Amino acid sequence: MQQELTLQEVVEGVAQIIIDELKLEDVTPQTFDPDLDLVDEVGVDSMDLATVALVLQDEYGIAIDEDDYPKLKTIHLIAEYVLQRAPVNN
Amino acid sequence: MKTVSSLLDSHWYERYKRISTLNIRSSIYDVTNRCNLRCKGCFFFSSGEDKAAGEETDLAKWTAFLDAEKQRGVNLAILIGGEPTLCLDRVEQFYRRMPTYCATNGLIKVPRDRFPDMMVGISLWGDEEDEKRLRGKNTFLVSSKNYEGDPHTYYLYTITPKQIGRTEKVIRKIGDAGLKVHMQLLSNDEGVNGFSWRDGELSDLCTEMDEMLDAYPDTVISSKYYHKVITTGRMLDRTFGWQECPSVTEPLDTRNPQPRRLIRFIRWASDLQTMHRCCTSATRDCATCKDGAAHMSWIMVNKRAHMRSSEDLQNWIEVYEMFAKLYQFLPW
Ligand code: SF4
Repeated sequence: MQQELTLQEVVEGVAQIIIDELKLEDVTPQTFDPDLDLVDEVGVDSMDLATVALVLQDEYGIAIDEDDYPKLKTIHLIAEYVLQRAPVNN
Repeated sequence: MKTVSSLLDSHWYERYKRISTLNIRSSIYDVTNRCNLRCKGCFFFSSGEDKAAGEETDLAKWTAFLDAEKQRGVNLAILIGGEPTLCLDRVEQFYRRMPTYCATNGLIKVPRDRFPDMMVGISLWGDEEDEKRLRGKNTFLVSSKNYEGDPHTYYLYTITPKQIGRTEKVIRKIGDAGLKVHMQLLSNDEGVNGFSWRDGELSDLCTEMDEMLDAYPDTVISSKYYHKVITTGRMLDRTFGWQECPSVTEPLDTRNPQPRRLIRFIRWASDLQTMHRCCTSATRDCATCKDGAAHMSWIMVNKRAHMRSSEDLQNWIEVYEMFAKLYQFLPW
C-alpha cells in the first residue's frame, strides 16, 4: 500500500521540480523558502508554470486546471494543492 | 538564487509588480484579404497571404469563432489585414469581446462613437518621399487629420534605411498632431532597390532611435534595450531567428527543443480556419527578420534570463512596459 504523503515531503518534491525545470542555481529543496512568491520574487511566468504543472501531473498523478495557476503563488500553496488532489491521499 | 527584490530597488520593484501579473495572451487575426493600398514591401501581399485562404463573410461565423477564441484564453486581439477598417462590422465583434488593437493605414477613420477606446496603430513608412515611393501616396496627410489628438492612437513607424538621419522630422510631425509613435524596422521582403540594410546602418539607426527617445519622451513609446535588440538581433548572449522566435503559431510549431514562446499564440487567416506560420510573412527568412513585435515578445518571454543583473532586469521591465503601453494595459 502506498504511504500517505506529508506536506513537508511534497514541499521538497515541488521545490526540486521547480529547481530542475527552471534550472535555478544556488538553491536546494532545503534552502528554497516555501513561502517565497514565485512570480513576484523568482520571476516565474505562465510558461514556467505550465512546464512545472506538467511534471507535477506526472509525479503526483493530479490534473492542474490552468485557471488555478494564479492561486499557485508559492511552493507551499502548490504543495497544499497537490496534497488535496493526490490519489494516495484520497 | 537571485530574487527580483534583490535585483531591484523599491521604485523598480513597484514597476515590476505592475506588469508581472498581466498574463497577456494575444493572437493575430487577418480581418480581410483586401486593402485600399498596395505598398511595396508589405509582407501580406508579397508572401501571397492574401491568397492563402478565402475570406469568411458571414458575421455569425465571426462571432462564434471569437467566442471560441475567448474560451481558448485569448485576451488581446491584434487585428491586421489587409486593411481591417474595410470591415468594421467584423472589427466590432472583436471589440465587443476583448481588448482589441487595430492596425490600419489610417486612410479610413475608425468611428469613435462605435469604438470609443479601441487602440489604433497607424502604419507609416517614412517621410513624404518614402511614403510616395513605397505606398504610392503620402498617407500621413490623411491619417494625421483623421486621428489628430486621439488618445487611443499611435503611429507604427516602419523605419527604412533611407530614413536614417531623417526620423526627427517625422517624429516631430507626429508629436505636432498630438499623437504618439512606436518605431520598428523594414524587412524589405520584396527586395525594393535601396531599401535593404547595409553594414553599419543598423548601429547608426540604433543611436538615432535612442536620441529620438531622449529628445521626444512624450511622443516616442520605446526603450533603448528594444532598439539594441532589434538592430543587432542579439539578446543577452543569444541570436534571434527561427530557433528563438516566440511568435510562431502554436499548433504549427514543431520545433524541438521548443524555445520560450507566446502561449496559445495563433495567427489566423480571414477564413477563420487557416493558420499562418507566424506573426509576419510566411516566406520571410528568419535570419533577416526585423519584425518589431517578434523581437519585443522575444525579450518578454525571457524574463528569468534577464535576472542576471539589475540592469538586465530593468531592461526587461522597460520593454514589457512599452508593450503594455502599446496595447493599453498601462497608461501612456
Ligand atoms: S519570419 Fe520573423 S516572426 Fe516569422 S517565424 Fe521567422 S523570425 Fe519569427
